[in-house]
Amino acid sequence: MRGRVEKARYPVFTRRALMLGGMKAALFAGLGARMYYLQVIEGDQYKMLADENRINLALLAPPRGRILDRRGVPVATNRQNFRVLIVPEQTKSVEETLDRLNQIVPVSDQTRARVLRDVSRKRRFVPISVVDNLTWEEFARINVRSPDLPGIQLDVGQTRDYPLGVYLGHTVGYVGPVSEKDLKQGDGDPLLELPGFRTGRRGLERSFEGTLRGAAGNQRVEVNAFGRVIRELSRTEGRPGSDIQLTIDARLQRIATQALRPESGAAVVMDVHNGDVLAMASTPGFDPNAFNVGIGNSEWQRLLRNSRKPLTDKTIAGRYPPGSTFKMAVALAAMDANVAGAAHRVFCNGKHVLGNHTFHCWKRWGHGWMDLNDALTQSCDIYFYDIARRVGVEKIAVMAERLGLGQTLLPELPGESAGLVPNPAWKEGAIGEAWQGGETLIMGIGQGYLLATPLQLATMAARLANGERAVSPRLVFRDEQDVEAPPLGLSKDALRHVRQGMNDVVNGKRGTARAHRITREGWEMAGKTGTSQVRRISRAERESGVLKNEDIEWRSRDHALFVAFAPVDKPRYALSVVVEHGGSGSAAAAPVARAIMEATLELDPAANRRQRVAVSPEREG
Amino acid sequence: MGYRDDGPDLRFGRKLLSLNWGLVLLITITASVGFAMLYSAAGGDVQPWAIRQIIRFGGGAFLMLVIALIDIRFWMRWAYLIYAVALVLLLAVEFVGTTGMGATRWVSLGFFNLQPSEVMKIALVLALARYFHGLSLEDTGRITYLLPPLALIGMPTLLVLKQPDLGTALLLAAGGSIVLFLAGVRLWKFALALGAALAAMPIAWSQLHEYQKGRIMTFLNPESDPLGAGYHIMQSKIALGSGGISGKGFLEGTQSHLNFLPEMRTDFIFTMLAEEFGMVGGLALMGLYILILIYAYAIGFRSRHQFGRLVAVGIATTFFLYIFINIGMVTGILPVVGVPLPLISYGGTAMLTLLIGFGLILSVSIHRDVEIPRSRG
Repeated sequence: MRGRVEKARYPVFTRRALMLGGMKAALFAGLGARMYYLQVIEGDQYKMLADENRINLALLAPPRGRILDRRGVPVATNRQNFRVLIVPEQTKSVEETLDRLNQIVPVSDQTRARVLRDVSRKRRFVPISVVDNLTWEEFARINVRSPDLPGIQLDVGQTRDYPLGVYLGHTVGYVGPVSEKDLKQGDGDPLLELPGFRTGRRGLERSFEGTLRGAAGNQRVEVNAFGRVIRELSRTEGRPGSDIQLTIDARLQRIATQALRPESGAAVVMDVHNGDVLAMASTPGFDPNAFNVGIGNSEWQRLLRNSRKPLTDKTIAGRYPPGSTFKMAVALAAMDANVAGAAHRVFCNGKHVLGNHTFHCWKRWGHGWMDLNDALTQSCDIYFYDIARRVGVEKIAVMAERLGLGQTLLPELPGESAGLVPNPAWKEGAIGEAWQGGETLIMGIGQGYLLATPLQLATMAARLANGERAVSPRLVFRDEQDVEAPPLGLSKDALRHVRQGMNDVVNGKRGTARAHRITREGWEMAGKTGTSQVRRISRAERESGVLKNEDIEWRSRDHALFVAFAPVDKPRYALSVVVEHGGSGSAAAAPVARAIMEATLELDPAANRRQRVAVSPEREG
Repeated sequence: MGYRDDGPDLRFGRKLLSLNWGLVLLITITASVGFAMLYSAAGGDVQPWAIRQIIRFGGGAFLMLVIALIDIRFWMRWAYLIYAVALVLLLAVEFVGTTGMGATRWVSLGFFNLQPSEVMKIALVLALARYFHGLSLEDTGRITYLLPPLALIGMPTLLVLKQPDLGTALLLAAGGSIVLFLAGVRLWKFALALGAALAAMPIAWSQLHEYQKGRIMTFLNPESDPLGAGYHIMQSKIALGSGGISGKGFLEGTQSHLNFLPEMRTDFIFTMLAEEFGMVGGLALMGLYILILIYAYAIGFRSRHQFGRLVAVGIATTFFLYIFINIGMVTGILPVVGVPLPLISYGGTAMLTLLIGFGLILSVSIHRDVEIPRSRG
């Protein structure tokens, strides 16, 4: 029985076992072929993928160059940014960890929503930023409690700091995240793609981006699958950004800003010899540090909508009719053209009639007989109508440009306006109308189309004070040799008369700014007031008496201006002050100017020369 | 009941001498390759994995030898009971099982977490071998005689599928079917069953869990989701492929050591071996496996009883299926189903199952000449 069954079964088993064995051999051969394919044919490709897996090329952001004031005091620098990150995979629950964190430092609902959104978008091991810019104390507190805060990671980064804050916000500007546009038209710098990298968005931070940024270094690191760095394979140090040094004196900048407050306006202080801008204040301002932390939309809208334009740098972008501060230019144009000398006399009865138009002096019943000195000192309008008509618009315009108006002067600052020096050709082109004789008269008292920035007015004052050279403002020290400014080319005599007039405006018996003269010996200031009209005065109003500034709304009030230089006998500093809608130049701008000029002289480094700090490695030989 | 000890008298000493030491040696060498890989996985340390694996292997090997020395007729006699116990344990998983990784596969025996599906792999082969041992070829051809073995295969397969453990269920079904094949069941019947299985696929698909569907889908197109479910396969291929012909050297596998390779000590240990020792190392390990299979086949062919033949080749085939599915999985030609690499992967239950299986093969070898009657009495 057994034998028969076995005889039948054994061959079947053997046959089938061998079949099975053959199949297994074939499958093993398949596995072998697969290994050959992966490890030999595609081996190189996988080796490359393995290295890509393993090696991370990390960019090292170079420290951004600092911005220093003329004495080496930093006005833009880098500080440590204490921040908190969260790693979702290390938490029990992200929400719970955030709740606990909230007990130590406030975590706003907005932040919370953003974090939770990021958590859902990114891989679980990617750290997500929760809060930035913590104080050392907060940071330490979180550190102590970190065992209770699963998933919380503390990190020290670098962030920009502006020690002067609102005092120099316009000039220095701020940095911000790289925009899509920058990336598209980018300079190919890989740093731009670095998450969290910031570039200059405004002011010097923007225009000196190339100098301040430096070059990226890189680091090849071996990472594990979780992105954790295991070891560094190689490292190339980048080039740190270079510092830049400004001509600004941080102390004076602060004083100038404070002197303008609470009004909205601008003040520029310049060295009349080399054009150094010691201060350029614009009020109201903004604090660039706020942009670092990340300015909220409502805050941004508030800044944008504010009618006093805190975001505008009024020193370079504010355009004002210079008013009577322009009278020196008209007088110089007349003398330069030999049309009317210092002795030229005009009778002021309060009116000047041209065709069927009547032009008024600010003094309703007139000044009587005036020569140049009287006219400057008392700011008689009739006198300047007369000489403006005699010399003509073209020559006034040329003189205005020689004195620095109608052109940009600080190309390194973004957003500078060229102002406007009109002439018939300009009007023809821009408005399409012919120049009218009356417009020349109005230009003679610095009104009409004529517009100047406070920087231009300060430059004009500096050139008048310097007398020899057409100095231009300088904001940033550069390595190249100081290039001497081109000659101004005005007659000494004419300049002497104009300067004497400015001296008498402040120090003369009948000067419009006498109340605000500097009495300290050797510090005397010369200047010129300006009150520029913003609105048109109607005939009816003229008859019933011109409204006082206090009686009309702020935005219709006159701008108050003042340009000055000091000391009178040996000019060193020039300045301009504009108080927007401040009323009269003598009442609103002159006291500000005096305060700033006194401070400037106080800080005058006749004793303390400018101490340059090395902004680049010392050059030998 | 019972068997008569009418075969050659095999005393303990003679049994020990007639033990197939060649096979034991091959198994030990293969397991040692595993120890080396676990040593490497720990970054060049016997702690924490290699040492435990060595201890497990020591215990398992002892058990293997004990099983080998026990008379094969004892195993045949208890085959159905062992199967029944395994089935009860599988049922117990349903009610008192421990859940891990989304699937309930273990029952706790207090001191040991047992995975009954592993026990079943051996028990099923034993039960089927006993059934067909008692069946003549003519009876094997009859449909009615096919119903009990189908039930023997079907019940545990369905239970394991329900855990859910797709990989083990397929292994059980395949392993059981192979015994049917070896016993001489007609090929057209397999074709029929295969056809029925294919027809049932849409229904089965709807019964699958999301993660199982996902695994099959990512198997079909792993690059579609490199950070998600396809990650394992991609990383495994990268590690393996970057090993090249001769590998990166022992302890030098970058992908494995930097954690790019998931589950490198368990299911993906072959990848690590192929990364460090290259194609040469991978093929050498396959050579060891083939040698073990040849030994098992030889034992099967030399057995004078159908039970021993079916047990030896049946268990060898289960062993083969482990190897093929695991290597196929890590090289990206099969879906990731969670089958360990036999004798190498870290883990106690699989090691124990395999060593018990080899114990039975060795027992067949020692008792190849015993007479076992076809039916009781």
